[in-house]
Amino acid sequence: MELYLYLALFSPLVSSLFSALFTATPKKQFIGIVASGLIILAFVSSTILLTHILSGGDVVHVELMTWMAAGDLYIPFGFVVDQVSVTMMMVVTLVSSVVHVYSIGYMDHDKGFNRFFSYLSAFVFSMMILVMSDNFAGLFIGWEGVGLCSWLLIGFWYHKESATWAANEAFIMNRIADLGMLIGLFLVYWNTGTLQYEQAFAAMPSLSTDILTWMGIFLFIGAMGKSAQFPLHTWLADAMEGPTPVSALIHAATMVTAGGYLVIRANPLYDLIPNVGLFIASLGAFVAFYAASMALVNRDMKRIIAYSTLSQLGYMFVAAGLGAYWVALFHLMAHAFFKALLFLGAGNVMHAMHDELDPFKMGGLKKPMKATFIMMTLASVALAGIFPFAGFFSKDLILEVSIIEHHYIIYSVLLFTAGLTAFYSFRLVALIFHGEERYKLFGIHPHEAYKFMLVAMSPLLILAIIAGSFKMTYFEMVTALLPATEYHVHSVAMYWIMTIGTQIFVILAIAFAYKKYAMSPVTVPDGTSKMENRLCYKILINQYYIPYIYQEYVVKPYRELSTIFWKEIDMKIVDASVDGIAKIFYSTGENTRTMQSGNLSTMLKWMVAGIVALLSLAVVFGLAVRYSDEIKVILSGLGVQ
Amino acid sequence: MEIGLNHYLVLSTILFSIGLVGVMRRKNLLMLFFATEILLNSVNIAFAAISHYYGDLTGQMFAFFVIAIAASEVAVGLGLLIVWHKRHGNIDLEYMSTMRG
Repeated sequence: MELYLYLALFSPLVSSLFSALFTATPKKQFIGIVASGLIILAFVSSTILLTHILSGGDVVHVELMTWMAAGDLYIPFGFVVDQVSVTMMMVVTLVSSVVHVYSIGYMDHDKGFNRFFSYLSAFVFSMMILVMSDNFAGLFIGWEGVGLCSWLLIGFWYHKESATWAANEAFIMNRIADLGMLIGLFLVYWNTGTLQYEQAFAAMPSLSTDILTWMGIFLFIGAMGKSAQFPLHTWLADAMEGPTPVSALIHAATMVTAGGYLVIRANPLYDLIPNVGLFIASLGAFVAFYAASMALVNRDMKRIIAYSTLSQLGYMFVAAGLGAYWVALFHLMAHAFFKALLFLGAGNVMHAMHDELDPFKMGGLKKPMKATFIMMTLASVALAGIFPFAGFFSKDLILEVSIIEHHYIIYSVLLFTAGLTAFYSFRLVALIFHGEERYKLFGIHPHEAYKFMLVAMSPLLILAIIAGSFKMTYFEMVTALLPATEYHVHSVAMYWIMTIGTQIFVILAIAFAYKKYAMSPVTVPDGTSKMENRLCYKILINQYYIPYIYQEYVVKPYRELSTIFWKEIDMKIVDASVDGIAKIFYSTGENTRTMQSGNLSTMLKWMVAGIVALLSLAVVFGLAVRYSDEIKVILSGLGVQ
Repeated sequence: MEIGLNHYLVLSTILFSIGLVGVMRRKNLLMLFFATEILLNSVNIAFAAISHYYGDLTGQMFAFFVIAIAASEVAVGLGLLIVWHKRHGNIDLEYMSTMRG
C-alpha cells in the first residue's frame, strides 16, 4: 500500500516538474495530456487506498525521512492515509483530474498553457501534502504551498492589473491568518512537546482549558483565512480573476476547504472547548447568510458562485463547530463535486460569451449550449439541496444537527439561507439559460465547449447526483476516526415536517427566481431602475462596504504610515547611516588621493612625515615605559585606578 | 676641549637633517642624489664614531658596506638619469610624474 501512497503523493510533483521544463516554450498539447495522466494516476492510487481502507485495512502510515531533529524536537516527513485523509485525497485527486482534462480545452488558446499545468499540478502536490501529513508542521508546509500556488494561479494573467491585485490581496490576507495559525502551532508544541497529531491530541486532555482555548482560537484564525471566513473573506470573490478551472479547483473544491479540514482534523482539541466550537458555528452561520445575501444581487457570474462557496463553507463550519465533524466532511465532499461542476459550467459559458461575465447580458443560452445547461441546472439543484441530489443529504444533515443541538437561531439562519441559496442559484441559471436571447444585442455567437471537456465534467455530474447515497458507507468509514454521533430528530413526525418544509421552502424560492428572471422580461440594469436605487441593494452590491472600509481604514492609513516610515525612518536613519559609512570611505579616498600623485618629491615628503611620526611614537612609548611608576603615581593622584 | 662621541653624533644629526631637508626640498634629480649621499654619510659618521667608542669594528665594517652600496646606487641612478635627460631634456622631478592623483 505504501507504493500507492507514494504514487498519489508524488505523481503531481512529477507532473509539475515535467511541465515546468517547457514553461518557456510555445504551447504543447502533450504537456496537458501527460499532466492529466499523472494526476489521474494519483486518483487511481487514491482509489486503491480508499478501497483498502473501506475493506477494513489498516491505516497506512509511512515515515519518508527525518526532517528536523534537534533536542526534543522531532519532525519527520511522515504521511498517513486514514479514513479522513483518504476522503480528502479522493476529493482532491478526483476534482483535479477533471480540472486538468478540462483545462486542456479551456486553456487551448492561451500562451501560458505549459506554465498553467505546471502551477496546477504543483497545487495538487501541495494539497496532497496538506491532507496526508501526519503532523502539524507538514500540514503547515502544504498550507503555505497551496497559498503560493493560489497566488500564482490567481495572478496567472499577470499582465492584467486587477489579476495581480487580487493575487496579492489573497496572499496578504492569508499571511495575516497564517500568523494566527503559526502561533497556534507554537502553542501546541510548547504545551504538548510534539507536533505529531496522535501524540499532541493524546496530551491535550490534561492541559488547562485556557491554553486549549487559545490553541483552538489561533488554529481557527488560520482556518478563517484559508476558508475565507468573515472578516478575512474579501479575497475569495476577488480571486475570481484567475482562470475558471482554477476557481473550480482551488477556490471552490479544495483549498478553501482546507480550513474545514483543519478543524475536522483537530476534532479532539475542539471537542474539549465547546465554547470555541459554538463561536465557530455562529460565525459559520453568519457567513452563510452574509455571503448568500451578497450573491442575491451580484452581476458577475463567477462572483455569485464564489459567494455561494463562501456561504457553503459557512455551513461546513456550523457542522464542525457543533461537533458534527463527519457531517462537515460529508458536506465538504458533496460541495466539492457540485460546486466544481458549477464553476466548470460557468467556464463554458464564459468561453461561449467571449469572457462576458454579466448574466444579464446572456439569456436563452439553453439552445446553443444544451449540455452545459443541463449540467449547471443539475449542479444548482444539488446546491439548493433538492432530494435526491448530493446537497440534500449533506445540507439537510447540517440543519438537523443544529436543531438537535438546540441552536434554534443558527437553525433558522441556515434555513433562511437555504432559501436564498436556491434563489440566487436559479437566478443565475434563469438569467444565463432562459428568457430572451439578450446576447444577440452584443453580437456574440455562442458555441458549446469541446466534447471532451463535457465528458471530463461528467464524473462530477454523476457524483453531484448520487453522492448522497454513499452516506452510510461513508459514515461507517470515517467514524473510525471521528466522533460517531448519529443525528436523528427525536420524533419521526418532526423529521418529516422539517424535511418536507425545507424542500417546499427551497422549491418556492426556485420558482420565485424563475418567475422573476425567466418568465418576465429582463433588461440589462443600467442604474436607473427602482430596485437599483434602494438602500439594501446598494449595500449588497457594494458587499456591505467591507472592501471600501478595508480600503479606507486599513489600506490607506497603512500606506500613509508606510510613507512616513519610508521618508522619516528608512531614508533619514537607516539609509543615512549606511550611506554615511560609504561616504566616509569615498571622501577619505577623495581627500587622500593627492598623496598618490606619483610625484617623487611629494612622496618623499610623506615618507619623511611617516618616519617622524613613527619616531615620535617610539619616543613617547619609550618614555612611558621608563617613567611608568611616576605616571601611575600621578594617575592615582587624579583618582584613576 | 676634547672632541668626544657626542660631537660626532651631533655632527651626524646635523648632516642628517641637512640631507633630509634636501630630500624634501630639491626638485633637481641630481641634487636629490647629493642629498641622499649626505644622509648616508651622516649615518656612516655615526657608525664609525660609535664603533670607535665601543672598540668594536662591526660598525666600521657596516660603514664600508654602506659606502659600497651607495656607490652602486649612484652608478645605477646616474645611468638612469642620463637616459632620462636624453629622452626628455630635463631632470626636474615636477615633470616626472605620470599618475593623476
